[in-house]
Amino acid sequence: MSAADSPSAATDAWRAALRSRTLLIGVGILLFWIVCALFGRHLTPQDPYADDLLSTLAPPSWRHWFGTDQLGRDVFSRVIIGARDILIVAPLATLLGTVLGTVLGLTLGYFRGLIDDVVSRVIEALQALPLVIVALMALAAIGTSNATVVCVIGFVFTPIIARTVRAAMLNEVELDYVAAARLRGDGALAVMFIEILPNVLPVAVVEMTVRLGYAIFFVASLSFIGFGIQPPSADWGIAIAENYSLIGSYWWTILFDAAATASLIVGVNLVADGLGSVLEQR
Amino acid sequence: MLKFLVKRALLSLITLAILSIFVFLGGQLLPGDVGRAVLGPLADARAVAAFNHQLGVDRPLLIQYWDWISHFVGGDMGRSFTYRAPVAPFIAEALMHSLKLAALAFALVVPLGIAGGVFAALGAGTFRDRAILVIGQSLGIVPEFIASIVLILIFGVWLRWLPMSADWPEGAGALTQIRYLILPALPPVLIYFGYIARVARVGTIEALNADYTRTAVLKGLPWNIVLRRHVLRNALLPTITITASLIGYLAGGLVVVEALFHYRGMGGLIYAAAKAKDFPMLEAGVLTIGAIYAIASLLADLVSSALNPRIRAGRA
Repeated sequence: MSAADSPSAATDAWRAALRSRTLLIGVGILLFWIVCALFGRHLTPQDPYADDLLSTLAPPSWRHWFGTDQLGRDVFSRVIIGARDILIVAPLATLLGTVLGTVLGLTLGYFRGLIDDVVSRVIEALQALPLVIVALMALAAIGTSNATVVCVIGFVFTPIIARTVRAAMLNEVELDYVAAARLRGDGALAVMFIEILPNVLPVAVVEMTVRLGYAIFFVASLSFIGFGIQPPSADWGIAIAENYSLIGSYWWTILFDAAATASLIVGVNLVADGLGSVLEQR
Repeated sequence: MLKFLVKRALLSLITLAILSIFVFLGGQLLPGDVGRAVLGPLADARAVAAFNHQLGVDRPLLIQYWDWISHFVGGDMGRSFTYRAPVAPFIAEALMHSLKLAALAFALVVPLGIAGGVFAALGAGTFRDRAILVIGQSLGIVPEFIASIVLILIFGVWLRWLPMSADWPEGAGALTQIRYLILPALPPVLIYFGYIARVARVGTIEALNADYTRTAVLKGLPWNIVLRRHVLRNALLPTITITASLIGYLAGGLVVVEALFHYRGMGGLIYAAAKAKDFPMLEAGVLTIGAIYAIASLLADLVSSALNPRIRAGRA
């Protein structure tokens, strides 16, 4: 039993979390977009998918707060509903990367030796490329859909998370409780997942929130260049790509989607930052 | 020194070899039936088979890999599906474009980042320190296309100071080209500023607290000489290491920026190749970027070790 499991430590963590302004603001922003994603259809003043060819590209007004796009669709309603797909794809990708990365990191840190060397080399080779290039290559090869985007980003994140978990793991393996478990005759799997995992988990969770920010960054960028979420989704990246040629005169078809994307990423990063410092204080 | 150099170069080669296997598998194996992927679902099965045979993708993988990589190293990067012409000239042209944009962005972000980091470190713990960190971190998390759009709106649309596209007129001089490249160079500058500043800041703080700095001050050296000779020299070492990944990113990772500004660099080339499923072009582009990164990180390590004998001794 480690200190992290005792009830007083957990309450302390909660108290620290509530005191952290960064964390609270981040959670607020994130919750706002999650509510939009979940209940968007009931919140939008107008149907986000309905064309109105009589009022296309109308500037912001009382009727259309953020104006209308090329097909006369209400931009405000589309921005609200546009949170949905990215908030499904990015967290799933992050979760996949975290689970795979944690398992890989635990394995590498526990066994070390040859596999550790080989996998570290492979990870290094992959890190020679910008992530977006790896993703483009993989998506071009296996085709683009929400599922493949989740898999590709998840796999791209796996070695990065594995490296963090492995580093945290190396400190743990030397400790007495691990030696005790080994002497007790526990198998490698039991030691890794029952004894060590709970103590490495905070590191993995912080890494996960940091990665979530990057995943959103990544999904938005991929959607923007046509290799992420696909139309007819009201996704922000797609909306920006569709209206980009109009940037000279119809800025409202782009700016609000851009601001929404930026706010979501900032929110997630505030959460990651706040969570990191709360867990560090312990 | 020679031993270190050879060892380091060999490591780069191993990295590149592993990378080439990945690229090969990604371009040759993952797409499954290449002929089907290129010719489309409606193409005749015999046409697909003939196409595959012509490409040689019906041979064993190991032979295909060897064939591909030995030609690649010899400068023959294969033939583009889209242009039905050798890939190499396209890569060469895109690389020239990319290096221009990369050079400008690099020349802007490295001095700015280092200056910001050193400035923050000299006032560590003060408001100015925190402000630089927070601004840098916030800029670093905004996707390139958002930053690009805001910059285009401000400087291209509303103020009309700078061109919105990087596509300069034929035969434009160096200064005109730079004018066209300022806007596309800014988003990566914004992204990397905070990162470089953070690394430079940590390096500077460490150097400021080091014994040799205290000795230099105590023996009566003027503060600006201490700063230049003892602090900066050591503070910049970690910064040099991260410039390798910066160069790799600038040379090939600007897919989104190049698409937005209609620029025909490596990012744009890889994007177009991925879209058209032009796998020979894609593989050549990706491997070229990997090679640039490998060379950059090799150079970065050499420069670091030239500046710092401790690294040389420690690793060799």
